[in-house]
Amino acid sequence: MSAPQNISASHRLLRLSASDNVLVATGQVDAGLAGINGGGVIDVLKPVTLGHKIAARRIEPGEKIIKYGVPIGSATSPIEAGEHVHVHNMKSDYTPTHALTETADGDT
Amino acid sequence: MRGYLRADGRKGIRNHVVVAYLVECAHHVAREVAMPFRAQGAQVIGFPGCYPNAYAQQMMERLCTHPNVGAVLLVSLGCESFDRFHLAKIVADSGRPVETVVIQRVGGTRISIGRGQQWIARQIEALAAAETVPMDVSELVVGTVCGGSDGTSGLTGNPAVGLAFDRLVAAGAACIFEETGELIGCEAIMADRASTPELAVELRRSVEKAASYYATLGYGSFAAGNAEGGLSSIEEKSMGAYAKSGSSQIAGLIKPGDIPPRGGLYLMDVVPDGEVRFGFPNINDTAEIVEMMASGAHVTLFVTARGSVVGSAISPVIKVCANPETYERMADDMDVNAGRVLAGTPLAEVGDEIYDLTLAVASGAQTKSEELGHAEFVLTYKSFEPIGPACLPR
Repeated sequence: MSAPQNISASHRLLRLSASDNVLVATGQVDAGLAGINGGGVIDVLKPVTLGHKIAARRIEPGEKIIKYGVPIGSATSPIEAGEHVHVHNMKSDYTPTHALTETADGDT
Repeated sequence: MRGYLRADGRKGIRNHVVVAYLVECAHHVAREVAMPFRAQGAQVIGFPGCYPNAYAQQMMERLCTHPNVGAVLLVSLGCESFDRFHLAKIVADSGRPVETVVIQRVGGTRISIGRGQQWIARQIEALAAAETVPMDVSELVVGTVCGGSDGTSGLTGNPAVGLAFDRLVAAGAACIFEETGELIGCEAIMADRASTPELAVELRRSVEKAASYYATLGYGSFAAGNAEGGLSSIEEKSMGAYAKSGSSQIAGLIKPGDIPPRGGLYLMDVVPDGEVRFGFPNINDTAEIVEMMASGAHVTLFVTARGSVVGSAISPVIKVCANPETYERMADDMDVNAGRVLAGTPLAEVGDEIYDLTLAVASGAQTKSEELGHAEFVLTYKSFEPIGPACLPR
């Protein structure tokens, strides 16, 4: 696992590893079609802020969330392609995540 | 690069006078003693507890004999359990000037402050005239921590520090990464980088210990701001944090206060041994920086994304800002803008900048937090077993 060495600024979603089922926002991403670094587009359902994740495809409940090519937790509900993936629909496979509900949603 | 040569052979990149309080009750006097000499390098460290603790005693001994420290004033209330006699002996044996002011003996706050300031004034004068000797990159100990992480940390700041670490290790420096509680989920890929199969077992065990410790506490090493910035789980945060270690072979595993015996990459196991007690392993980022210093770190590379402002007593902190939006708001506190990777700057360029800046700071350049007067310090209770024989390079 390693971060990409060079990132194109014109595409605001990043796929860190070929096997990932989530994409990372490299800036504010509005709802609608968004370009993926390395090729392709995806229909983003709701705007997300820098550093947040978007589902690259439909993810079933209990399925592993894959980022950097490794599992970073499991889906707790069905997640549509283009949907924001965060503490409201995934959980750690180790210890519970502590978040303040006022600030955790990443919607602006 | 030039350094201050100490009797144990190590060299310092700063020449601080440290004022150390040995219980919280002596903290105010220590602060007042140091205050007028802040700009000349007087800094306050200390241990607040009144109950004895072998870890805290060892940490204070290591910190008071850190290569960046040239002289030490101990401030004791008088009735605390801390072994001030042993600490004073360790400092004296290291060839450094040391003095103890016992508040109850000398007659209270005012007279203690006066005596302490008189002694500090003399030391400042002597240290200003101290000679320096040539110093090589291979004599540096560099730590790295991250704090206020978010979804950008693992894309920009942490991998950039990893590249700087690779260059430092290749040049012979000792580099330390840590917080086993933030390596949860990375234990397998990390163990594959161990220099020996025995060390691989130790690396894996240290993360398993952290996972079980945090599970008992009910929280991972994860703050609300991490989630605000897009991180959803401890293992996601871990993958980003792990990137700080770069790609060198891992030479050893140390615990706080163990000095790396030679150059190479080391993991610091910061989670206490035995049953869970005394609370969270490291209550904040400063506790991590302090443990790096106790293991001899001359400088700490601190990757932040939400925007930490801290520096440190004793060893300068280089703040690498992973998030470009944060950098725009808080540039005054940040030494490196790693977030520009998201706008197309090659990661290697930022890695080289961090490497060059580390050498510049070691040569005397002031970091942003030093310019702003940051000199944070915290030390709490812990307990550790000594490291096993498989942990250090032979």
